[in-house]
Amino acid sequence: MKQFQYVRPATIQAALDVISKPGSKIIAGGTNLVDLMKRGVTAPDKIVDINHLPLKGISEPIGNVMTVSIGALALNSEVAENSRIKELFPLLSMALNAGASPQLRNMATVGGNMMQRTRCGYFYDTTMPCNKRQPGTGCGAMEGVNRMHAIFGASDQCIAVHPSDMCVALAALDATVEVAGKKGKRYIHFADFHRLPGEKPQIDNNLAPDELIVRVIIPTNNFSRNSYYLKIRDRQSYAFALVSVAAALEIDNGIIKNARLAMGGVAHKPWRLFEAEQFLVGKTASEENFAKAAGLAMKGAVGHGGNSFKLKLAPATITEALKHAAGLV
Amino acid sequence: MKSDKPTPETTDVKDSSRRDFLKQSTLLTAVAVTPVVAIKAANDHMDEHLAAVFEKMPLKMEVNGKTVNLSVEPRSTLLDILREQLDLTGTKKGCDHGQCGACTVHVDGHRINSCLTLGIMMSGKKITTIEGLAKGDQLHPMQEAFIKHDGFQCGYCTPGQIMSAVSCIREGHAGSEHEIREYMSGNVCRCGAYPNIVNAILEVKDGGFAV
Repeated sequence: MKQFQYVRPATIQAALDVISKPGSKIIAGGTNLVDLMKRGVTAPDKIVDINHLPLKGISEPIGNVMTVSIGALALNSEVAENSRIKELFPLLSMALNAGASPQLRNMATVGGNMMQRTRCGYFYDTTMPCNKRQPGTGCGAMEGVNRMHAIFGASDQCIAVHPSDMCVALAALDATVEVAGKKGKRYIHFADFHRLPGEKPQIDNNLAPDELIVRVIIPTNNFSRNSYYLKIRDRQSYAFALVSVAAALEIDNGIIKNARLAMGGVAHKPWRLFEAEQFLVGKTASEENFAKAAGLAMKGAVGHGGNSFKLKLAPATITEALKHAAGLV
Repeated sequence: MKSDKPTPETTDVKDSSRRDFLKQSTLLTAVAVTPVVAIKAANDHMDEHLAAVFEKMPLKMEVNGKTVNLSVEPRSTLLDILREQLDLTGTKKGCDHGQCGACTVHVDGHRINSCLTLGIMMSGKKITTIEGLAKGDQLHPMQEAFIKHDGFQCGYCTPGQIMSAVSCIREGHAGSEHEIREYMSGNVCRCGAYPNIVNAILEVKDGGFAV
């Protein structure tokens, strides 16, 4: 690992001053960054340890504030095991527990989970071409080993996927990200936080280099009784998703009043299924309707050879996740 | 992971960046981790040998109940510090990328992968390694159970398995074989001793031993 300077700012303002310098990287849990540094995928000059900033708390809905706020430094395990999160957003708890291992969840933070890089093998292998790691070198995965790769929203530059489970749930739950910058705070809708690769696959998300994630805000909802996170992977635990689905339904007397759906493992960002959600509203919670919704969700999907099995796996996973959410399984 | 001495080609670049950092540190409202003398040395362009000393940073933490004061490179992982600087070689380096769990230790009572943890970030923390689990000659109940149930073959993953197994019970995730397998999935055993590991954990859990 290349040598670097280590700084430990005590305030958000001090952290913002340092991260605005080129070559700086924030470290929180370090589970992804340290790995990338060991492999030479990234080699920052300066590591900014933000663990001493007051960004850990998980707040309750109080009075007419019908939101829950989760600090950027809250650990994945703390959020997953939090009794209020389990009660209000079981989908988030399920998604977090589907990710990584218990050891990693004890280190990884909410902000770090959002900022993690793709696990595309060509991105990790510094001897291979990769437009995300080194723009202009080409995409090794496009014609190469692309079993794990995107079927939605890819470009001719990059077919990598975002690896997070937590982010799929947060996209489905209409969360908002509060970020701090030198000019003050701003808010980004979770579904707009990550971006598609387009012509600039080296940029994963819409956070500016001199901004810091402060917290994630989730509005309370009526999905807690009928939600499910289904993750399909090569082994039963501790593997990245081939396809995952976050499904949340509000069901009244067998009729769907409201639906939220998002997929992981299929795009450069958590992939919301807006058309399928709209289709389900007013329909009976039945396997037949779920399969129709899954069909709508697959519009525009493109396989690249190694990952073409996802064109069948994804709709089946959507249908199955909805059945679980509706209590039909 | 051992430090490389700066080559003549890179010395100038590194030297200037170190000075920039040290100067800047005085402006930061940061935890004071840079000794004043180091900042002065950098500002005064003192010779390379003296400045090189300050590429290491002080680290104070508690390991297995004892306070240790170390001088570490910021890029040293907790795993390498435990093994190379403290001679605690019970904690194993398997994949070194957070995928196998052989390096599992407890930090403030919670299991983590020491290979993905920068040692410098452990300032003030309490670390427990496999060496800190036994009380003198009295093995921890989980160690006894692994021996009784033959929870290993080659033994390389065993320290990590045992540290993780203790946490699995403490966290309340050892309720069934299924739950144990899920919450032990961060520890890989290439010999395939999983059934015996599960039995060892179940025995400690059901026996109500203090872990």
